Amino acid sequence: MATAKQEIGNGNGSLKYVGTRPWRPDGVDKVTGRAKFGADISLPGMLVGRVLRSPHAHARIRSIDTSKARALPGVKAIVTRDELPDIPNQWVPAGEVAVNYRDMSQNVMAREKALYDGHAVAAVAATSQAIAKQALDLIEVDYEVLPHVIDVREAMKPDAPVLHDDMFTEGVEPTPETPSNIFKKVEFSSGDVEKGFGEADVIVERTFTTKPVHQGYIEPHAVVASAGEDGQCEVWCCTQGQFTVRAYCANLLGIDIGKINVTPSEIGGGFGGKTVVYLEPIALRLSQLAGRPVKMVMSREEVFRASGPTSGGAMTIKMGATKDGKITAAKAWLAYQAGAFPGSPIGPGCMCVFAPYDIENAEVEGYDVVVNRPKVAAYRAPGAPISEFASEGVVDELAKKLGIEPAEFRLMNAAKEGTRALYGPKFGPVGCIETLEAARNSEHYKTPLGPNQGRGLATGFWFNIGGESCATINVNEDGTATVIEGNPDIGGSRASIQLQAAEALGIPPERVRPLVADTDSIGYTFLTGGSRVTFATGMAAIEAAGKVVAELRARAAKIWDIPVDAVEWEDGFAKPSGSNAGDFEPMSMAEIAAQAGKTGGPIAATAAINAQGAGPGFGTHVCDVEVDRETGRVTVLRYTAVQDAGKAVHPSYVEGQIQGGAAQGIGWALNEEYIYDKDGRLENPGFLDYRMPVASDLPMIDAVIVEVPNPNHPYGVRGVGETPIVPPMAAVANAIENATGVRMTDLPMSPPRLLDAMDNGGSNGGA
Amino acid sequence: MAQVVLPSSLAKYTGGLKELEVEASDIRGVIRALEARYAGIGRELEEGMAVAVDGQIHQDDLFAPVAPESEVCFLPRIGGGGPLTAPLKL
Repeated sequence: MATAKQEIGNGNGSLKYVGTRPWRPDGVDKVTGRAKFGADISLPGMLVGRVLRSPHAHARIRSIDTSKARALPGVKAIVTRDELPDIPNQWVPAGEVAVNYRDMSQNVMAREKALYDGHAVAAVAATSQAIAKQALDLIEVDYEVLPHVIDVREAMKPDAPVLHDDMFTEGVEPTPETPSNIFKKVEFSSGDVEKGFGEADVIVERTFTTKPVHQGYIEPHAVVASAGEDGQCEVWCCTQGQFTVRAYCANLLGIDIGKINVTPSEIGGGFGGKTVVYLEPIALRLSQLAGRPVKMVMSREEVFRASGPTSGGAMTIKMGATKDGKITAAKAWLAYQAGAFPGSPIGPGCMCVFAPYDIENAEVEGYDVVVNRPKVAAYRAPGAPISEFASEGVVDELAKKLGIEPAEFRLMNAAKEGTRALYGPKFGPVGCIETLEAARNSEHYKTPLGPNQGRGLATGFWFNIGGESCATINVNEDGTATVIEGNPDIGGSRASIQLQAAEALGIPPERVRPLVADTDSIGYTFLTGGSRVTFATGMAAIEAAGKVVAELRARAAKIWDIPVDAVEWEDGFAKPSGSNAGDFEPMSMAEIAAQAGKTGGPIAATAAINAQGAGPGFGTHVCDVEVDRETGRVTVLRYTAVQDAGKAVHPSYVEGQIQGGAAQGIGWALNEEYIYDKDGRLENPGFLDYRMPVASDLPMIDAVIVEVPNPNHPYGVRGVGETPIVPPMAAVANAIENATGVRMTDLPMSPPRLLDAMDNGGSNGGA
Repeated sequence: MAQVVLPSSLAKYTGGLKELEVEASDIRGVIRALEARYAGIGRELEEGMAVAVDGQIHQDDLFAPVAPESEVCFLPRIGGGGPLTAPLKL
């Protein structure tokens, strides 16, 4: 791998362990198969749970008759809408977000209507898979099939089938008197857009669409739930947030939070898709009714039909620039599918669409639109890849019309420290320019291309977040340490937390064991998402380590009988701070730990923080493609992804995140899409027909780490997990345009669509 | 006096004003001062918004200090790879 590293700024030079590449703490478990994933959990007396799903995209449920299924020997419990509490329609604060538990409950189990193909309508717990399946076949559901709508622009029309007759568009004045599928309108603006366009010498306006795509995690959703006679509940599941599962189950089922303990398993991919609940409350309710543990595992088909993908989107982007390369105005209209219930990532889509650039005059208008598809879930930098695919295409076209080299044009307008983002604040230190320069100066960018080959470049932005995190460090009798945290490890956070704790303690990382705890064993920690864990939980681990070091110094001071101020901590050893402090040999953490019982008891510390000051992430990708003009097939020949990591705590994991994001983005660009038949049924709910890229489809992704330190983190860390999925679709589209002269505006840029576009001079799709 | 910047969606509370001045020493003080002037805006700000003080974004951080010369910019909460169970309140 051609990994380069560019040191920028200072403050990280003295780090001993952060920035190194030790063995992964979970590596052996993963490669030997010892790691326990969601479906690997089993309990004595456990039942098998299965879900009956709607075959209709939109249907009123007249009745559900479970009598024959209940009479089947081996069936121990059945859950339908009648076995779940009704919940009021209101948004309530839930940690970092507001949640509408009514919508969540109705997504977990349909009430009056089934709102998408795959919507759960009943669930069974039985003594075997075969009996559970037989029982599902015996449940009789009487549906009144209703007209459905999937395309986002169709769903916005006044005559579209309406999913929710109590939905009146928010964000417009006055509030409409008739219901529609438009849940909310959002707007951002700065400056005077019309004046800006008036100053432009060149204006480009394009309409784009993207298809809904799935996160494509390899491990299906899986849960084991056990409700005890005393009301205490245990849940084991694959999730990005055990505390989120706990809160959601408690609220959906009317159980005290303190009576539920959730243990996260290893997780076989999440990418945002495992931040919500589908099976967990159902398994818990079945267990309550059956009095036995219940295990539920989705099939791949269920994952596609019933779990949250990301939105499809429709966008119109207009940008203008002067002859000397200054962008004077930008305007965007965005509409995102939310799925069956409100809550698409339209907000971040709007906020990110022009974020890589310093634009004085801009307007963005966005719409959150419900359609008859599964409720969308987060997917890496939710909303940003969709809108930035569109804006980065227009930026490229502007550069071409102005005759300015694309990287140079971007550099002329790039966001930097002090640039005011369209959504309000001014950026602190950010690495947009640095990633652009690294891409432009790369050997890749200068390499000549062959016939039918093209090169595209695109820049992307994602906020990154902080938030609530806890970490506990226990010092063991031999001077090793355990760091306990509450974030499932989806991208290497065990290693990054271990390294940060080791750095703060001054001991080698192999002497610090990282553990991801259940909800009863660590304080509240917000879920793994938003590229927040290495930043926020890392800060908690550093703070806990600081408390431990303070205690270690105090213990050494006791042993030496000198004031604690006369003891300093260096490289894992207590040392007298100077000759006046006394003549003592440095004392190791192991030596102090061995005497802990005699000097005050065990040494441990916890930090509980709400981390602020997450550093935004910028990345710039360069993609080379070759287009087969007879078949429309696009081959990605070479790909370089540059990203500002602030400080790469474990560079191998950072490179892995960059490569993974690029690979997912290339799949989104070229092949992935949900295909529905005329009745709104998903036609490709499997990996054979839903075409994700595999290793043989892609070249090695060259990851280039740029380090512009985040001043709000002790080691300069920024989140890295989401930004790398933002630029790929535009980078690929720009490369195809460079190869063929055809601007592809609709995803995926699959062979038939590209062939058609080359024949007709453009693409035309829908979302 | 801290300079406060509001998103256009909240201008309905302020009679169209998007930029104004407030005397407060922390984020909670800013929200209270705005609520005193524009009834109803406080809940929107506290539950639906993140805050950037001099460019640094804070979420659920009511006691972050605000200096007299600070710029306090309210913006929608930023979710990320997880919290999209809710539409962002803009």
